[in-house]
Amino acid sequence: MASGTRVERPGERAEQARPPRARRAPKTRTGHLARLRRDRSLLLMCLPMVVLLLVFAYVPIAGNVIAWQDYSPFTGIRASPFVGWYNFERVFTDPAFWAAVRNTLVITLFQLVFFFPIPIALALLLNSVLSSRVRVTVQSIVYLPHFFSWVLVVSIFQQILGGAGLLNRLLEAAGFSGVEIVTNPDTFLFLITSQAVWKDAGWGIIVFLAALAAVDPSLYEAAAMDGANRWRRMWHITLPALKPVIVLLLILRLGDALTVGFEQLILQRDAVGQGVAEVLDTFVYYRGVRNGDWSYAAAAGLVKGVVSLVLVLAANKVAHVFGEQGVYSKR
Amino acid sequence: MSVTNQNAPQDVNGLGPVPEERLRVRSSARPVWDEEPTAAGKGLKGLALVLICAAVVVPLYTVLLTSLSTQATITEAGGLVLVPGELTLEAYRQVLSGGVVTRAVLVSVGITAVGTAVSMVVSVLGAYGLSRPGSYGHRVVLFTLLITMFFGAGMIPTYLLVSNLGLIDSYWSLILPTAVSAFNVLLLRGFFTGIDASLIDSARIDGAGDWRILAQIVLPMSKAVTAVIALFYAVGYWNSFFQATLYINDATKQPLQVVLRSFVLQGVDVPGAVDVGSGQVASLAVQMAVAVIAIVPVLLVYPFVQKHFSSGVMIGAVKG
Repeated sequence: MASGTRVERPGERAEQARPPRARRAPKTRTGHLARLRRDRSLLLMCLPMVVLLLVFAYVPIAGNVIAWQDYSPFTGIRASPFVGWYNFERVFTDPAFWAAVRNTLVITLFQLVFFFPIPIALALLLNSVLSSRVRVTVQSIVYLPHFFSWVLVVSIFQQILGGAGLLNRLLEAAGFSGVEIVTNPDTFLFLITSQAVWKDAGWGIIVFLAALAAVDPSLYEAAAMDGANRWRRMWHITLPALKPVIVLLLILRLGDALTVGFEQLILQRDAVGQGVAEVLDTFVYYRGVRNGDWSYAAAAGLVKGVVSLVLVLAANKVAHVFGEQGVYSKR
Repeated sequence: MSVTNQNAPQDVNGLGPVPEERLRVRSSARPVWDEEPTAAGKGLKGLALVLICAAVVVPLYTVLLTSLSTQATITEAGGLVLVPGELTLEAYRQVLSGGVVTRAVLVSVGITAVGTAVSMVVSVLGAYGLSRPGSYGHRVVLFTLLITMFFGAGMIPTYLLVSNLGLIDSYWSLILPTAVSAFNVLLLRGFFTGIDASLIDSARIDGAGDWRILAQIVLPMSKAVTAVIALFYAVGYWNSFFQATLYINDATKQPLQVVLRSFVLQGVDVPGAVDVGSGQVASLAVQMAVAVIAIVPVLLVYPFVQKHFSSGVMIGAVKG
């Protein structure tokens, strides 16, 4: 038999499955070369992915070195002079940078309050629908906008809420004066949040529905027998069942606090002005790609990347402290 | 537990047909212990569901209807059309008879097809390569992948890289930088890892190597999840707009989303799309026709894949 000489991968055979500690033991006994030979096809399979990651994810990470340079495309990375922390000093003393930070955080906070709870409420509503046909139909309708592009979503909103849009025509026909929404900085938060809700709130219910489906129905039955009405059952059974998912998504959102729908904002930045619509990502884009201040923009982008990383790690730690699983754990 | 469950409707059904009268009094799906909601509660719930669906459907309806309306109907309505008037396919004929939009559609279709193929091959291979427990070096590779989820290099160095590779104005600039999504790879890997190990073992005992196991056992068992991931990638390529504004300067190479933007959002008169002879800016019908064209491929694929949005798979993805 050909497989007789094969080095078994530890834990691969079902009957050999053991807890991870025990699994590791035979590994050290088998030589690196033997294991490399055994798994060469698996490593070969990973190769295209690793190459793409190295080139398009890791080389740019190294390319952040220009943040410490006075980079110019004509001299290139190798010849551009190093200037120490000069670019970071410029970033941190630039009021425009802090304005972008403020706008970003305001949007994140606003959406945390007015976007985040909506999928939860939607999931609870859908979960209470008994007819599976109605449920599936509604699901497939509300998931749909998630698959539309931001260009399309913004276009639709502009056609409906814009100055000559559907809403204003209906308002005027009803005798009211028109409202200016699409280009008004004061309503911008409302505008982008409603766009985000329209596009993604439906899709957001998937994870909550899954968590709800995993609840043991006998819990509800027992609670009902003990006299708990539907609201108390929701409070004491449904919401605790959702808690881990809610915490998980909150962590992910907080880790992404400095990232707010980039395509969505860049599409509308010019219509409402930088005052409210300039966020960190658009700031980096305009300073770097548009104005050619490459090193400065790279420094600002790097600050954002590092702070985001710290935020994710911190949020995850907090989740562990509160006894939740978090995004990742030491395995 | 089994004693209390006897009251659950599924078990009643298991014992035989439920009496007709009982079905009429209560919904058969409602467990016996669950109190019937009030009529007002039911009404409110129904109203909420209808409003939610209308919020999605009505905008799409009016966009579609406007694209199919004659200029006279649009002028009469003063903009987007809500009530059907005279219908025509004129806008589509104009847009699709050559010119900027037609070319943009072809560019987008090409990028989506090639990009999805590249992404799927790379991701499926990578996911399987990472899915066998205890394989050599998988921790390092997995770590390489995971880091990209938590730390992005940033727009500026990525742009400079693409530019230094000479990919500006190349369609590959819209594919290669985003070809691997760690999220999608992990989703696939999660599914592959969950496949019963004894199946793979028996194939291995029969002499199958990893390539063969992937092609003949793992992939046929993973049709649903691969369909969902392919949809994610395809929609990503089809909808991508910013990368093209970043990397593609040549106006003749712009994909559909960029054209949609300049056409509808910026009100640019796209040459070749409108030749009504009136010399006006693009009519609303033509603009909406471009929007519909941007939606149609998504609508065509969506029903086939949508049924696979099973929640378990998604949870696994979020958990990483």
